[in-house]
Amino acid sequence: MNQPETIEETVTGIPNGKLGMWVFLSSEVMLFGGFISSYVVLRTGSGFFPIPAKELLGIPLATLNTFVLITSSVTMVLALDAIQKANQKGLIRNLAITILLGFCFLAIKSYEYPHKWHEGITISSNLFGSFYFTLTGLHGLHVIGGIAFNIYILVNAIKGCYTQDHCERVEYAGLYWHFVDLVWVILFPIFYLL
Amino acid sequence: MQTEHLESHPETFIRKWIFSLDHKTIGLQYMFTSLIFLLFGFSLVLLMRWQLAYPGSALPLIGYYLPDSIAAGGVMHPAGYNALGAMHGTIMIFLGVVPLGVGAFGNYFLPLQIGAKDMAFPRINMTSYWVYFIGGVLMLASFFVPGGAAQSGWTSYVPLSILSPGQTMWLLAMTFLITSSLLGSINFIVTTLNLRAPGLTWSRLPLFVWAQFVTALLLLFAFPVLQAGAILQLLDRIAKTSFFIPSGLIVGGAPVEYAGGGSALLWQHLFWFLAHPEVYVLLLPAMGIVAEILANGTRKPIFGYKEIAGSFCFIGVLSFMVWAHHMFVSGMKTSLSYLFMTTTMIISVPSVAIITCFLLSLKGASIQFKLPMLFALAFLPMFGIGGLTGLPLGFTPTDVYLHDTYYVIGHFHYVVVTGSLIALMGGIYYWFPKMFGRKMNEFWGKIHFWTTIVFMNGIFFPMFIQGLAGVQRRLYDPTVQAHNLVVQPTNVLMTYSAILLMIAQIPFIVNFFVSIFKGEKTEDNPWQATTLEWACPSPPLPHKNFEKIPTVYKGPYEYNVPGEAKDFSPQHLP
Repeated sequence: MNQPETIEETVTGIPNGKLGMWVFLSSEVMLFGGFISSYVVLRTGSGFFPIPAKELLGIPLATLNTFVLITSSVTMVLALDAIQKANQKGLIRNLAITILLGFCFLAIKSYEYPHKWHEGITISSNLFGSFYFTLTGLHGLHVIGGIAFNIYILVNAIKGCYTQDHCERVEYAGLYWHFVDLVWVILFPIFYLL
Repeated sequence: MQTEHLESHPETFIRKWIFSLDHKTIGLQYMFTSLIFLLFGFSLVLLMRWQLAYPGSALPLIGYYLPDSIAAGGVMHPAGYNALGAMHGTIMIFLGVVPLGVGAFGNYFLPLQIGAKDMAFPRINMTSYWVYFIGGVLMLASFFVPGGAAQSGWTSYVPLSILSPGQTMWLLAMTFLITSSLLGSINFIVTTLNLRAPGLTWSRLPLFVWAQFVTALLLLFAFPVLQAGAILQLLDRIAKTSFFIPSGLIVGGAPVEYAGGGSALLWQHLFWFLAHPEVYVLLLPAMGIVAEILANGTRKPIFGYKEIAGSFCFIGVLSFMVWAHHMFVSGMKTSLSYLFMTTTMIISVPSVAIITCFLLSLKGASIQFKLPMLFALAFLPMFGIGGLTGLPLGFTPTDVYLHDTYYVIGHFHYVVVTGSLIALMGGIYYWFPKMFGRKMNEFWGKIHFWTTIVFMNGIFFPMFIQGLAGVQRRLYDPTVQAHNLVVQPTNVLMTYSAILLMIAQIPFIVNFFVSIFKGEKTEDNPWQATTLEWACPSPPLPHKNFEKIPTVYKGPYEYNVPGEAKDFSPQHLP
């Protein structure tokens, strides 16, 4: 597994792994689509959907978190760009920063959660809390998955598995990481700003 | 690289048969597992049928051996009946028919028919099977947890499902099954898009591949929504959220301890958004198999190849827009009913187009009544009954009368059992020589066919009569309602048909296993068929299928081409 895989000739010209990742992400869209549309349906249609005051939600911290995650997407792009220019050090450095920023996001989240519990917003308190913790929790799991994927890529990068012509897996990890980022960009406004 | 690496080393037993990366072994694993689940799911319903024919009387032979959660002292009790009903539906659909049609046949024959060495992701393929297996074990294990298995039907309607025992196991098992089908569908889609043999354009693709491709897309887009619903329901059970618990819900005289505000209808929307495409997941692979067998048995090009492929795609798109026709009496807005009634009528058009093309393929043909052909021919009228009886359910005025009666049960059993399952059995007879290099016994196959067809109709046709007479589904004891007594004798007929149907499967099971070892040996292309799976040895070579990847020169069903010496002209020959 640690050697770069030979990419076979395919009918579409797109490597199997890349196509597979896109197909997988399209089903992830449906998963989050199911959750988010349930949220929209109940928020607009339920007779009992109390929305907490904006001060309780901690918008500045969430904005910082959004910034952290978007920055990590930038460094992910820089990592791929580095290896495509045969810059091994750039790949390792940028991947490491991406992973650190991912942990940073989780750290801020784990500060936010107890804060919310303290304010009386829990998963069973009311529908807002239920949706907030379910969706951000599920997103958090995706962040953890993305970090794990990135660490795997980083370990292989340190071993020198990727070259200018064989860096597909860096790209796949990037696709997934950008998707996780994108989901947060949708969750942030629908929970904090609206 | 993967495959060459594996060819050069002899494989251990575990790598070859248990954690195999070869799509053919994985296909066989799926086939054996799903056939066992089908048999098990069927035997559950025999217990229920006894209760329906002779309510309150002890189950003969096995009653005393059943767990107390189903039948205490040999007599089934209502909670046990509900659990059996829920598990019958779940097992038959998610662990039986879909894994047989998609997991078994799709895995085994999709790469062969497109001339590929294997699936695009062999490891993911293996994972898909084992995740399915764990899901199946969890589902079976739920019989033995305190309170018994899930009791809320395969539809798991809330809030009942949230408040009754056994449901947590059901949801966990479903999570595994959904993950498995997600992994499988990614593999199918990428394989079909990327690994087709040189010359195999979309207009030369066998209809079975078309059907599997559309099915994989349906699984890919529909299942995650059920996953979302299942996670929400699971949280309602274990974390006391109230996504599906409405405000002020009172159960047994006491208000439930939930914050409330949720919507029970939301679950139905999420569930049927999966479950209507799921109907086509059950059906499309079967139609693909029928197309293959019909072209082979009529020795003619299939009539309207492009129309059939187009209809598959049209069904695929439209099946996402008809789900609420399961919910006409749920209290949903009437204006929405009109919309879904219209889309439902539209989706019947491509289904009818496909069946019409199949019928027209028979016109003027000198049909060879070989075993697989019998099953394919039986599919046409049987699926026809199933499809046509669906129309009154798609219209709101008639559905209000028929909803939740045995008419509905009859309708979907005609579609899934006498339709899909008959076609899948035909697929086993058709592809058996390719899988094992031997043929199944023709005589016992015919016995199996005729008895199966007769007894299936003996079970399902009276359901229409019962439904029109007003017998409700999910009824533990039909004799408690006076208007059901008129049709109670049909319950006895159905029960004996069901028992005989079980007995009629014995020739099949024996024939299947005896033929694997002792069947008549066949050449690589015993049916003189044209598609690519017949261009490789029987059984195909491990990990590479073909001696040399074939090049495709023509369409999939070139039978009786004028000017050719033989009556069939394979795709891989110039």
